[in-house]
Amino acid sequence: MKTMDEFTEDVGDTSFVSVRGGGTRWGLGGSLTEGTNEVEAPKGVINFKPEEMIVRAGAGTKLSTLQNELNDLKQEVALAGFPDSTVGGSLAVGSSSHRRARIGAASDVLLQADCVGADGEQFVAGGPTVKNVTGYDICRLLVSSLGTLALMGVVTLRTRPKPEMGVWLKGELLLEEILRCCYRPASVLHDGHNTFVLIEGYEKDLQKESASLEKLGMSVMEIDPIIPPLVKGALQENLDDGFLDLQTGAVYSNTPQEKVEISEEVKLLSDRIKNNFDPTGRLNPGRRPY
Amino acid sequence: MRKRHQKLKDPLLKALIRALDENRVTDGASARRIYSKDGSVMEGGRAGIICFPEDTSEVAACVSIAKEFDREFVTRGAGTGLAGGSVPCNDPIMIVTTRMNKIIDVDLKKRIAWVQPGVVNLDLSNSLKGTGLHFAPDPSSQQACTIGGNVANNSGGPHCLAYGVTNSHVAALEVVLPDASIAQLGTIEGEAGGYDLRGVFVGGEGTLGVATLIAVRLTEDPPEIATLLLDFSKITDAAETVSQIIANGVLPAALELMDRNVVAAVEPFAKAGYPLDAEAVLIAEVDGLPEGVSHEVNIISEIAKNNGVREVRMAANEEERERIWKGRKSAFGAIAKIQPDYYLHDTVIPRGRLAEVIQKVYEIAEKYGLTVMNVFHAGDGNLHPLLVFDARLPGTLEKVQRAGEEIVQISLEVGGVLSGEHGIGLEKQRFMSQQFSERDLEAQDALRRSFDPENRSNPHKVLPTGSSCGEMSSLNEIPEGVWI
Repeated sequence: MKTMDEFTEDVGDTSFVSVRGGGTRWGLGGSLTEGTNEVEAPKGVINFKPEEMIVRAGAGTKLSTLQNELNDLKQEVALAGFPDSTVGGSLAVGSSSHRRARIGAASDVLLQADCVGADGEQFVAGGPTVKNVTGYDICRLLVSSLGTLALMGVVTLRTRPKPEMGVWLKGELLLEEILRCCYRPASVLHDGHNTFVLIEGYEKDLQKESASLEKLGMSVMEIDPIIPPLVKGALQENLDDGFLDLQTGAVYSNTPQEKVEISEEVKLLSDRIKNNFDPTGRLNPGRRPY
Repeated sequence: MRKRHQKLKDPLLKALIRALDENRVTDGASARRIYSKDGSVMEGGRAGIICFPEDTSEVAACVSIAKEFDREFVTRGAGTGLAGGSVPCNDPIMIVTTRMNKIIDVDLKKRIAWVQPGVVNLDLSNSLKGTGLHFAPDPSSQQACTIGGNVANNSGGPHCLAYGVTNSHVAALEVVLPDASIAQLGTIEGEAGGYDLRGVFVGGEGTLGVATLIAVRLTEDPPEIATLLLDFSKITDAAETVSQIIANGVLPAALELMDRNVVAAVEPFAKAGYPLDAEAVLIAEVDGLPEGVSHEVNIISEIAKNNGVREVRMAANEEERERIWKGRKSAFGAIAKIQPDYYLHDTVIPRGRLAEVIQKVYEIAEKYGLTVMNVFHAGDGNLHPLLVFDARLPGTLEKVQRAGEEIVQISLEVGGVLSGEHGIGLEKQRFMSQQFSERDLEAQDALRRSFDPENRSNPHKVLPTGSSCGEMSSLNEIPEGVWI
């Protein structure tokens, strides 16, 4: 596995640079400036501690590889992605799962990031424990930043127990009706026509909840629906190929929505952050998350 | 008359009174003394003029005046902080949010409440009784601390083990930035675009601006709760039980540990039925749907038995459950009766090292001839060693400081961090360089400078500054509203 020092050397301290993960969301935030040097982050699971509910891995590790390893001990990380998505890529785009109402958002996942800054120097953001309020939370700034503030090499992530099982149901119920039948459903999604509910937990509990929903006209799905990735912003128009999360207002779609509007104050603040972290604009040039 | 006349002569005071009104701005000596302290053992400078704004525009006016007069400002809620985060250095303008105490809107369908920062944490959950919802962060000071303070410190609490700390429960914030502009960070509709400014503002300890409106997510009340009281003859067995519960894929709602000294102090007061001859008492609470709760209770009981638990008692009813929690949450007040002074620590260590580190904490206390009491959030490895002492005895304060430094050192050596929920404030700035390299701290400073280029909002806190502000003092009484 590539070391942090080797990764740092790859990143260098002068040229335009980007980390290429699986390339599954490569176009987000704009096109990379031509001539940008593309490097790869370290790959591989370094250390999984189920009793701590943390895992340390190279940012270039495939998310599916990581989830498979965690699955052996009935744990998972609350990140979503495509088969080729990497851990670092999923963090950089802030790819929360459609189950976020129950398992939390992508921004809750990153506990520590060993990074290379725009100056080519290594630094560490966050800490390796599940609870931590020591200093400023740079990890939250890195999630969804599209690699424009620093480049993540090795990350420590929060894991969580996997539910014993999950059941998808489909029907036409309203959110209020579903919540009267279910305690903290993992997903309540709407595709413009139907409502899709995912309930998770232990078998007997789910049998009861499922029966309540079925009484109201929902039916158990034989095949799980395919949920596209999270996109930024609120629902703008009709859902053509995606889902609206009725619990959080998040949108899951294969078509990124138009640029999300931000206020002038937020833009000014975001510009200052970008300039302070990357004064020469060498990290992922051409891309902006806003 | 003379005082009023003097007031009119001070242009800063005059400007602040014009922005608010005479009844909500004071520079009286007693007020300045009161607002120079918080719940911590830290002493800094002296509060300057104290303002009590009631809405966002008034906060913006205060910040604008601070900028105009080139003065620093410090925001303060109920003052229950334990790291000196709202202790003033020099004589800053104090922006006190206690009059911003309105619950503006509760949307039960979206499960969002917009509140002002001065709303007391428990008041929000109490106001939601009967709706089936509550605000999940439950710091032990919840009957006094404000939600604005929870945002500043990214507060936790016993039930944050399963539900997450404050950051996970804040959807959006309206803030006054240090340049007096007003911005909304985050959103209650979908996913915010751009950098996660909401996420970094929470836990900023008041150094990134002032939160003036907070949209909090409300959590569904669990249909079933089981509260277990487990007693052990060895604290190391209790700690091992905690590690194994987590390793077995059970994430209880709460997992709290109290040692023998704490039990002895608390039981006469709380009458919770804690066994006085136990070396350690573990409170484990699981919630959710009936089969899940029953299954997890069985796993916890089995693991405890394998680790030598003497008894596993489940609260038979709500009254018993409340008594068990009353003992835990009032631990600090009871401890205060033992010795006149205290110093409470707050570090986090890997759960798997709990047994070893607790043993070392006892050894450190013994080395310095001090009494240490342990009551803490075991489930997430958040230690709260409490040194109790009599500062009137010569040399004691120095011993307490040295013991405290060693406890922090041990926590870092096993891969822990400086703070789990109290924050850095003034108290732990000097340790920051032990956890972070200079380059790590530069990255943090880049964030801070982005929000506050003029270093005006609660300066001299969090990052090491070399400033002489902030000394540890002894407290001869527990301030009202301070809990572990």
